[in-house]
Amino acid sequence: MHKLFRRTAIAQALVFSAFVGVGGLAALPANAKVEGDTIVLGSAISITGKYSSNGVNAQNGYDFAIKRINEMGGVKVGGKSYKLKVIYYDDESTPARGAQLAERLIKQDNIKFMLGPYSSGLTKAIAPVTEKYKIPMVEAEGASRSLFTQGYKYLFAVLSTSEQYLASSIALAAEMAEKQGKKPSTVKIAMAFENDPFSLDVRAGVVDDAKKYGMKVVIDDKLPRDLSDMSATLTKVKALKPDVLVVSGHEKGATTAARQIKEMNIDVPLIAMTHCESGKVVQQFGASTNGFLCPTQWSETLSYKDKYFGSAADYDKAFKAAYPSYKTVPYQTAQASAAVLVWKDAFERANSFDTEKLRQALSATEMETFYGNIKFSPAGNNVAKPMVLRQIQNGEYKVVAPTKWASSELQYPRKASQ
Amino acid sequence: MLDNLSLLVDAPVLNAQLLLDGLFIGATFALAAYGMALVWGVMNIKNLAQGDFVILGGYIAVSLSSVGLNPVLALPIAVVIMFAFGWITYKLIISRIIDRDLFTSLLATFGLAIVMAQAMNLIFGADVQTAESGMDTLLLGDFVTVNEIKIVSLVIAAVLATIVIVFMKRSRMGQAIRATAQDVRAARVMGIDTDRVYAFTFALNSAICGAAGVLISMIWVIQPYFGITHTIRSLVIVTAAGLGNLPGVIMAGFGLGFAEQYAGFVFGAEFQQATVVGLLVLILIVRQIQQARHRQVVQ
Amino acid sequence: MRPAMAVFNKLLYAGILVAGVIAPMLFPDYTLQLALLWIMILFSLTWDLQGGQMGYNSLGNIFFFGAGMYICAVVQIGLYYDVADYTAAFGAVKVDFTDQQYFTGLALGVIAAAVASIGLAVIFGRIMFGLRGPYFAIGTLGVALAAAELVGTWEYVGGGGGISLPVYPGDPDVRSQFFYLLCFILTVATFVCLRWLYTTRFGLALNAIRDDEIKAEAMGIHTTRYKTVAWTVSAFFLGMSGALFGNMIGFIEPLEVAFPTTTFGIFMVLMVLLGGKGTIWGPVIGAVLFHVIKEVTWTYMLGWQWITLGVLIIINVIYFQQGIMGWAQEKWPERFGLVVDRRTTISSKEESA
Repeated sequence: MHKLFRRTAIAQALVFSAFVGVGGLAALPANAKVEGDTIVLGSAISITGKYSSNGVNAQNGYDFAIKRINEMGGVKVGGKSYKLKVIYYDDESTPARGAQLAERLIKQDNIKFMLGPYSSGLTKAIAPVTEKYKIPMVEAEGASRSLFTQGYKYLFAVLSTSEQYLASSIALAAEMAEKQGKKPSTVKIAMAFENDPFSLDVRAGVVDDAKKYGMKVVIDDKLPRDLSDMSATLTKVKALKPDVLVVSGHEKGATTAARQIKEMNIDVPLIAMTHCESGKVVQQFGASTNGFLCPTQWSETLSYKDKYFGSAADYDKAFKAAYPSYKTVPYQTAQASAAVLVWKDAFERANSFDTEKLRQALSATEMETFYGNIKFSPAGNNVAKPMVLRQIQNGEYKVVAPTKWASSELQYPRKASQ
Repeated sequence: MLDNLSLLVDAPVLNAQLLLDGLFIGATFALAAYGMALVWGVMNIKNLAQGDFVILGGYIAVSLSSVGLNPVLALPIAVVIMFAFGWITYKLIISRIIDRDLFTSLLATFGLAIVMAQAMNLIFGADVQTAESGMDTLLLGDFVTVNEIKIVSLVIAAVLATIVIVFMKRSRMGQAIRATAQDVRAARVMGIDTDRVYAFTFALNSAICGAAGVLISMIWVIQPYFGITHTIRSLVIVTAAGLGNLPGVIMAGFGLGFAEQYAGFVFGAEFQQATVVGLLVLILIVRQIQQARHRQVVQ
Repeated sequence: MRPAMAVFNKLLYAGILVAGVIAPMLFPDYTLQLALLWIMILFSLTWDLQGGQMGYNSLGNIFFFGAGMYICAVVQIGLYYDVADYTAAFGAVKVDFTDQQYFTGLALGVIAAAVASIGLAVIFGRIMFGLRGPYFAIGTLGVALAAAELVGTWEYVGGGGGISLPVYPGDPDVRSQFFYLLCFILTVATFVCLRWLYTTRFGLALNAIRDDEIKAEAMGIHTTRYKTVAWTVSAFFLGMSGALFGNMIGFIEPLEVAFPTTTFGIFMVLMVLLGGKGTIWGPVIGAVLFHVIKEVTWTYMLGWQWITLGVLIIINVIYFQQGIMGWAQEKWPERFGLVVDRRTTISSKEESA
């Protein structure tokens, strides 16, 4: 019996030392929200995992804007000039981790000002955390409409919501049908959307618009997240001959669709898909992508400008100079930079580090940036900036809608040279 | 769902398209599954990193094609690199778990899968990538399309399978591998260096996976995290066909290819992945019932 | 039992209980991580019930965690709203739970999760326990993966879009403490329950199944019944932990939160291997160590944390599979009671390996 006694003692000692280990973790130094002359922002971003390419695009966008602001004299609050800095954690593209890291940024690193993560799913996981601690978050990469129906007060998004991504392509299809003397209600739609919060919301937008015109949805497939093949869906497309094919599934969806549309000679008059640019479809599949409609949050050809980056084209040039590995600048990067500009503007107008005052300043934001105009609705989404629809014409992205920005005519039906 | 079924009946040509697509991809599945069956049968190791070896082979093709080499020509290079990679992996990890229980091999190769997927993410990025062979698409009749690369890859898969079979039957090493699989102790007594045989077997598996990966990168797309689904596919095929049953593996490979295509067509793409995993569970249950019946007969 | 030891034991457990209660007060900023630590301990304890005590290595126990999470969420929402409307992609209903609605929903949800998990364990136990050895591992893994895929196609529960759970009414710090306490109590209950189980005939029967199932059956032990009951015990606690975890995180979706087969699902196995299979303290120690290692690498090895973890897994499995408790037993056998019995069980495990 004495031996048993000692055995438990060993176990107890081991458990105890492990708890001491946890305690040791707790004793790490905590960063303050403002250290000396530096304002510390926090962000959980996807450095590894399936969203990591756009996660890094967004991170580069944040860093690029912060460097530019710091070079141009930083942020002036209360007559003093502050530099900006971001603490990043890797959320591994998983919502559970994202929520934990947001908690950690707020509780352990004492972050009072948050920048958003990448993707709607991660934002959906982090927004409840920032909300409950009343920490304002300016996010640039979560577009799902469901983020703005929860009554969040501390969430501000610089981008247009996702139901607008492909809805305008439905309007275009209706317009084209009328031009050919057909009723819009005769238009048949094929849809393939990835099974994730972002794409499902894009889908909801398309379904709403299709209903408005009385169009018929003939295919409604959802792509699993690790699917590397959609030929079964495309075989259905060949059989049912829809007038419009819409695809949304981040880069993976765009690349897979573009490749198999090329291989299977898919001949649909109107093809629209998200993430053409970051999916690099033109570089990879060349002329076969001719005529794809690609929605974008931002284009370097637009005429917005601000005093930090100049025009959209200037931003494009400066970013490529700073990060030479980028051949084109994805809109994910541009909107991340815009989110940093929003923070700077809010700090200066609030003239304070008080999160309540900052929240009020943020909700009163009304500014023009190289990325577009920014003005938040009471729900927190940006209502001042339209989505732009571009068409791939001879390997170039040309703006075709809305008419205000259009630089070229829509090519209809699309002519793909195989 | 019923619409889609009636579509198949009304337009039989659709079946031709689905069957062809299933056939071409099934061939690459069978290739990777054969490698898994080889390692499982000879070394009693279940390799949960199988799919990651496939993806790594694909990335070698993508990297080589990005410097201007046609991925078809990259295949032999990928095979050689993957052979060496498999040998090193054996020496570093597999040799230490070879005489341990199967659960140990499952866990250790699972750890390996994590390391490989993450390392590929760091090196190649998380974007999906493809290797472009630059071949055209053939039109059969006025509906069915077949990309030439798919035909080429089917031929390559067939050639590779033949080479492996001949190698296993005729060469000294092949005979040694089969002898080791039958009885390790007897093989050792007969003077076979079983450690070398194991190393060779694992490296051969890795090379086969590499070849399958090159083919998949040319006809589908690859991403660092796609490994697990390819592992599951191999598991499905091997459990359905059994070990040491090459015709069975090939048939099961094609069967899985067809099943995926038809599930995607009839139920919608969202069920394509679920079908693979569902089949795995189903096959295990069927096998179990068969065995139970067999036991009763014996009693 | 000698009185000195009984006193020491009481002190020991009292100490751990007190430490558990005051920990979030000492480190209020770490409440969520500490709550997660308790869940990790629960994971490894319930896994060890099959893997360690019964010799059935399941890779799919995470299935009950996810099932509990979703069942709880559906109950919480379904009591007051239409679930399909609530989970629609664009959030068609404006939700507002009163305090009473929230707590009733949560309580009923957790109970439903526990009960339903038992049911699921009975059903899947029937199917799975015919599989032996590695086939059992692969089969259970298949069930967990299939569940993730199928829930992802089920629009009623939001499919791949996931569900945002009702928000805790009240102060966020109180919320953290509240969930911390629930996780703490649940894990302590698991520990007490399992510790008691292992002292009964039931525990001996499980060990008999592990050591030689056919002989156990020949001795008249109704093995299938024991195996199924053991699985329902695991499922009962895992289901509730899933329900709590989902509410703690606030947003659930099938692949990465509810059925994370390749993270939590495999972590529970590794934690047990790290601490030592088939002991009551091994899983606890393994979970604590693993959690600390993980948090440290996640902080200091940004981008490389997964590779570090993978390498640790391989090293652990290859060189240190007996775990800390197993190692301690080998190193100081004379300090452990029942030396002879323990040694034979260890060596017989290696033989069957």
